[in-house]
Amino acid sequence: MSSVYQALSEADSGNEHWVFGTGFNDPLAGVDTTVPSTVDGDDLAAYCLMLGDDALITSHRLQQWCTRCPELEDEVAVANIGLDLLGQARMLLARSGTAGSTTRSEDELAFFRSEREFRNVRLAELVNGDFAHTMARLLILSSWRLTLLNRLTGSVDPVLAAIAEKGRKELAYHRTYAAGWVVRLGQGTEFSHDRMVDGIAAVWPFVPELFDCSETERRMAAVGAGVDPSVVADEVHAVLDEVLAAAGIARPDPVRRAGVGGRTGRDGVHTEAMGYLLAELQSVARADPEATW
Amino acid sequence: MVTIPSTVDEARAIAESVTDPELPMLTLADLGVLRDVSVEGGRLIVRITPTYSGCPAMAAMRAELDCRLRAAGYPEVEVRIELTPAWTTDWITERGRQALAEHGITPPGPAPASGPVPLRLGPPRRTVACPRCGTTDTEPISEFGSTPCKALRRCRACAEPFEYIKEF
Repeated sequence: MSSVYQALSEADSGNEHWVFGTGFNDPLAGVDTTVPSTVDGDDLAAYCLMLGDDALITSHRLQQWCTRCPELEDEVAVANIGLDLLGQARMLLARSGTAGSTTRSEDELAFFRSEREFRNVRLAELVNGDFAHTMARLLILSSWRLTLLNRLTGSVDPVLAAIAEKGRKELAYHRTYAAGWVVRLGQGTEFSHDRMVDGIAAVWPFVPELFDCSETERRMAAVGAGVDPSVVADEVHAVLDEVLAAAGIARPDPVRRAGVGGRTGRDGVHTEAMGYLLAELQSVARADPEATW
Repeated sequence: MVTIPSTVDEARAIAESVTDPELPMLTLADLGVLRDVSVEGGRLIVRITPTYSGCPAMAAMRAELDCRLRAAGYPEVEVRIELTPAWTTDWITERGRQALAEHGITPPGPAPASGPVPLRLGPPRRTVACPRCGTTDTEPISEFGSTPCKALRRCRACAEPFEYIKEF
């Protein structure tokens, strides 16, 4: 039996065009994307965008570690975690793009929205810093996202429930990886311990925002389609406490990075880092917006 | 004049024989990715379930299914994604597990039970056998490998690293 790569490259097979991309790009092809009658389509679209942007922006930051990780095995691990999140982002953005009153493709959403239209939490967009800083951020984001997805498996929207059922299994591995590194660095040398303490302290002001509930999330939770993030705070903090204790790191004092007039990532109000991130993420697509494979 | 195969069974056999582009010793049937082949209003419908959310092999699998079935004479082929129930390594067949082992990749153990996963801070406590010498005296290197589905371990007896399909 020939491999798929052989089939793609055989001349006169009629399949040559697939050498430049298979064209089978819709991650939800054939999935019944009907919005349940009890759920508002625009709310569902906005909610999927929030979860999708969290994954997309976190993935982009992890991708920036490519060729820069401390060891080859971590290079592969960080890339794989980013790939898992990118897959989740694609499904969520695709769902968002068809659920509401305006239809947009996953590519339009990822590459042609402006900064103020992105709905990720600000913790996801922070500049990477050193490896300890990145592991601190990944630990918190993956622990938080895992608890959200665990509850989302019970969503009345079958597509969200299905995405959550797949995603939570991946997030378990992400959380284990990040927690392992926080413990290793915390209990390593004096130098690694200090850097891990700095990493936790640098991201800590952005943690409270994870448990804020936007109006969209409140409405989605009320109809059983989404999760109010405030209800997972205790669970997430218990995990963080366990990891920090194992790492020999004291929990930082509560501190909260203010928003602008109370508005933060879920409102489209981001830190200065977001503009530069989007410039990189969107630069190729925006250079030739009509380009196709 | 192309004779269109009339039975769904023939189409299913073709679909089942399509291989994973990254793990060519496994067919879509071995992987548990192929869910169903049916006919709806003259169209051949093939349903597949993605493994990992970002698995890049899925697009290639869909292209190969379309290509092979159209080459066999089916005029209209539609490949549909089924997200639920979520794919698990428990769906890898016995034949698939043997094929993996023969090619130096240790097959997965039983997948974790569904539901919230407790935090695990120590090294993964799994019994994973070396595909070369068979000993279970192996240690983890990384929970991530060359594809989203694989992890890396090292055998303490023969000192060789090896990949295995991690439980999912």
